[in-house]
Amino acid sequence: MSLAASRPRPPAFPVNWPARLAWIGLALYALYATSILNLTWARFVVGLDNGAKFLDRMFPPNMQADKLELIGSGMLESIQIAVLATFFGVLLSLPLGLMAARNLAPGWLSWSARGLIAVLRSFHPVIVSILFVKAVGFGALAGILALIVSSMGFVSKLFAEVVEEMNAKQVEAVRATGANFWNVLIFAVMPQVMARFVGLSVYQLDSNLRNSTMVGIVGGGGIGAPLFTAYQRFDYDVVLTILICIIALIMLAEVVSGRIRRIFQ
Amino acid sequence: MKETQAPPDQARRWQRFSPAERIARSMLAIVTAVAVVWSIKTIDIIPEFLYDAPEQTADLFKRMWPFDWGFYPKAVHDALIETFHIATLGTMLAIVLALPLSFLAARNFTKSPVLNFLAQFIFVSSRSVNSLIWALLFVAIFGPGALSGVLSIAFRSIGFIGKLFGEALEEAQRGPIEALTAAGAPRSMILAKGYWPQVEPAFWSVALLRWDINIRESAVLGLVGAGGIGVALDSALNNLYWDQVGLILAVIFLVVIATEIVTSTIRKRII
Repeated sequence: MSLAASRPRPPAFPVNWPARLAWIGLALYALYATSILNLTWARFVVGLDNGAKFLDRMFPPNMQADKLELIGSGMLESIQIAVLATFFGVLLSLPLGLMAARNLAPGWLSWSARGLIAVLRSFHPVIVSILFVKAVGFGALAGILALIVSSMGFVSKLFAEVVEEMNAKQVEAVRATGANFWNVLIFAVMPQVMARFVGLSVYQLDSNLRNSTMVGIVGGGGIGAPLFTAYQRFDYDVVLTILICIIALIMLAEVVSGRIRRIFQ
Repeated sequence: MKETQAPPDQARRWQRFSPAERIARSMLAIVTAVAVVWSIKTIDIIPEFLYDAPEQTADLFKRMWPFDWGFYPKAVHDALIETFHIATLGTMLAIVLALPLSFLAARNFTKSPVLNFLAQFIFVSSRSVNSLIWALLFVAIFGPGALSGVLSIAFRSIGFIGKLFGEALEEAQRGPIEALTAAGAPRSMILAKGYWPQVEPAFWSVALLRWDINIRESAVLGLVGAGGIGVALDSALNNLYWDQVGLILAVIFLVVIATEIVTSTIRKRII
């Protein structure tokens, strides 16, 4: 009894030194990076002053009829870019994703498909649209092609993972009936993965809508061009109108895509 | 995919979808077809530009190769390091700002619908503005440079990190938290020893995922003046020095691949 009482109880939660050191390391890095980037409090305070002026010039949003017409056509073009890029991007990801799935395709094919997907995924859509603007000229086509590239990268990577997770028994059952490759694909693989594929496509439409408002900054068509022009001319009230339109569109898209995904679940 | 059984009088007829599901599915197919056809018919594409697209593309690659290697030590290296710092610091700032908000958004931790809604509203507005647009706004306020880049990365990431981490918090088990409450632990201890061990894997996976995305995104912020390698890219593009553009694109490609390898290794280790 006395022996047990004299021994100190071990702490309920021992100190985890490696984790604590890692946190200290992260904090030190943050300080180091802040000094390297020359982020000082003084600059921040000066900026706040600028920010007040900036907000003052933004309000009220510019609602002139000619501006609204310009913005309307830009928004419409952004939506068209997103729709077409999603449609063709998703259509092309279907074979690419199947080729990348290791349980369906032979090794050499799935590795080369995976390599292609890695290349497609690695560049931001805005950088890809710079290259397409040079190749096919200014306008919506460059934006569409750029977003097709990024859609293919995203959808086919995740689609390949979905196909790899599917149940192999149904594939074996259909194959046992003597079905050829295409029949296996249509009757065993697609029914299992189609719902997830539609979900991915809807998600991609959402993300393409966001990016289609951006490609215009480098000449890829859509609302980005009038946005950037207004910004460079310091027409901040027009910028605000465009921003409100973009945010409204994206919130609407988020609601709609949530509904569609529920239908297909 | 629900399997619905027909009424017993026609018990042998099995249908995969209910009539309402079928109508919804066919409606969606029709809407998709109409949207695609409408977009193709009305979109403004200038076919004259397309005639010389193959030559333009060939020309593009011919001008890119060989790369202007001398440009790397001159302008690319420092910009690359700056991009890395912008992405990392932006992610860290976003985590610091998003953590308290995600506790406000989690309905099991904060039992006030008003605060839940407020936090959700901040997340949605952060996510619906693209990082490039955030960068435009911050460049107008703070001037060109890395400060605007860090802030735009952070503000775009708040919604992403906060939403996913808030969902992880809502999925936390009640057991350990009730045990700590019953033992009389203060609220800070419940946080540190009840919630945190349960959500730590989710936290790291969300943070790593966003860091990976932010490395890609910070490479383009310079196009609107928010610092990093995008500034070098922008000036090379404006000068039509395609050999420098090619070098910068190759560098970005390598960095993105390296980041992906690093994040997937860390993820396998700690999660």
